[in-house]
Amino acid sequence: MTTWLVQHLTALRDALRRLLGAPLNTLLSLLVIGVALTLPTAGWLAIENLRAVTGDTPGVQQISIFLALEAGPPEVARIEALLQQASPGSWHYVPRDQALKRLRESAGMAEIIGSLPKNPLPDAFVVTPADAQPESLELLAKTFASWPKVAHVQLDSAWVKRLDALLRLGKLIVVLLAVLFSGALVAITFNTIRLQILAQAAEIEVAKLIGATDSYIQRPLHYFGMLQGALGGLCAAALVSTGSHLLTPPVAELARLYGGSFTLQGLAGNDIVALTAIGGGLGWLGAKISALIHLRRIS
Amino acid sequence: MITANAVTKRYPEGHEALKNVSFEITAGEMVFLTGHSGAGKSTLFKLLAAIERPTSGSIVINGQNLAALRKSAIPYLRRKLGLIFQDQKLLFDRSVLDNVLLPLSIVGHPVKDAPRRAQAALAKVGLPNRAKAFPITLSGGEQQRLAIARAVVNRPAIILADEPTANLDAASAIEIIDIFRAFQQVGVTVVIATHDPLIMARVNPRILRLDQGQMSEPASTPSADGVAP
Repeated sequence: MTTWLVQHLTALRDALRRLLGAPLNTLLSLLVIGVALTLPTAGWLAIENLRAVTGDTPGVQQISIFLALEAGPPEVARIEALLQQASPGSWHYVPRDQALKRLRESAGMAEIIGSLPKNPLPDAFVVTPADAQPESLELLAKTFASWPKVAHVQLDSAWVKRLDALLRLGKLIVVLLAVLFSGALVAITFNTIRLQILAQAAEIEVAKLIGATDSYIQRPLHYFGMLQGALGGLCAAALVSTGSHLLTPPVAELARLYGGSFTLQGLAGNDIVALTAIGGGLGWLGAKISALIHLRRIS
Repeated sequence: MITANAVTKRYPEGHEALKNVSFEITAGEMVFLTGHSGAGKSTLFKLLAAIERPTSGSIVINGQNLAALRKSAIPYLRRKLGLIFQDQKLLFDRSVLDNVLLPLSIVGHPVKDAPRRAQAALAKVGLPNRAKAFPITLSGGEQQRLAIARAVVNRPAIILADEPTANLDAASAIEIIDIFRAFQQVGVTVVIATHDPLIMARVNPRILRLDQGQMSEPASTPSADGVAP
């Protein structure tokens, strides 16, 4: 156990020495890896923010149930009971008087509402479904429509579908970018390790001749790849965080102009840890493949 | 301790470097493996160091048959051997001390104790004050001593040396052989491949003579302690 630990610590120290031994090369490699990881990360963050925007927008993932004008308190209680039974998510009841009051408070509507002989609005329920999948929303809407004294069920399913398709397309693009740039990261590490093996061929040959195992020789290379990838991940996290920090004020201003409020979400602590781990893992993979291929040539 | 039985080494192009070679070396012996250039000394050295495998026959070191040894077991065998190469294979971008520390690092020797152990090995070969120097600044004889220090730092039971005095002047060659004798006197088995008559005249070891890949009659039989009276 002690020997194992000593050898790993020695390999880690050796990898750090190599990273610090060529600071310019290391900096350039980290920058390239950082940029490669920044693009998919930024795309993912944009989609998460978009999802948050649409999720918070009233009406986007809500179903309105309008009762018939003649529906009275017993019918309202019946619908309430049915909703409790169905448990579709959360809901609230909007009495027709409250709806009229809200309408009257809207700009330019007071006079029109005042001229009406009686309240034309029905009682309504606004449901926020737990499952926001377009198919589930449509099924719920059909169920609501079949209930007694329900005059109309409103669901902007086309809008929801379009948004969902857009988000799915965005996700796919991000996944493709992630695969592409992960490949680039592996290739960068592969090449860095190849050059290291070429530069240290004599040392590796001597070490093998005097009893070094393949693990002993590969270990510092694996650590090097892992450290380089992990630091590249941190570099990407820094770039994305800086970008989101710079974009937060203009986005908030844009949201205010549209009458809402929105704060751009940056990377959380967990995200930074995950990005560093992904970078480290990909770096290790590139180093592992490169070491396997190139060390075979040194006997 | 070392037994070779009907060892033949044939290279893919058809050249037969060793033909049906057999010998036995007991623990603590000092044996010179001699013969003209191209006689097969270096090939036999490579087979003993498990750098190459015999085409047929067997080589057994401390009970391990090298011909049947798994590839993954070879590094562990080499750790028990002190290998000294004709071209020394020193790391010129590392200090003398770092060169000697390398085998200790390979076996996972405690980091705190390693410099002391490496210094002791350097002292044994007469280089106690050159630890911080770089190999390029050493003379040919000193470089060979450094190669010996690296070979013995893990205290091997067997030292295998391929032409350790090649390219050295007579005085340096004698110093190197005296170092080997010192190790043999404390029980280390020493096998030296050489065609240097000067060092064979100084020591009276058992000699295994190779001629065109075949073992010829030994030029001398082992004495009681393997050294000249």
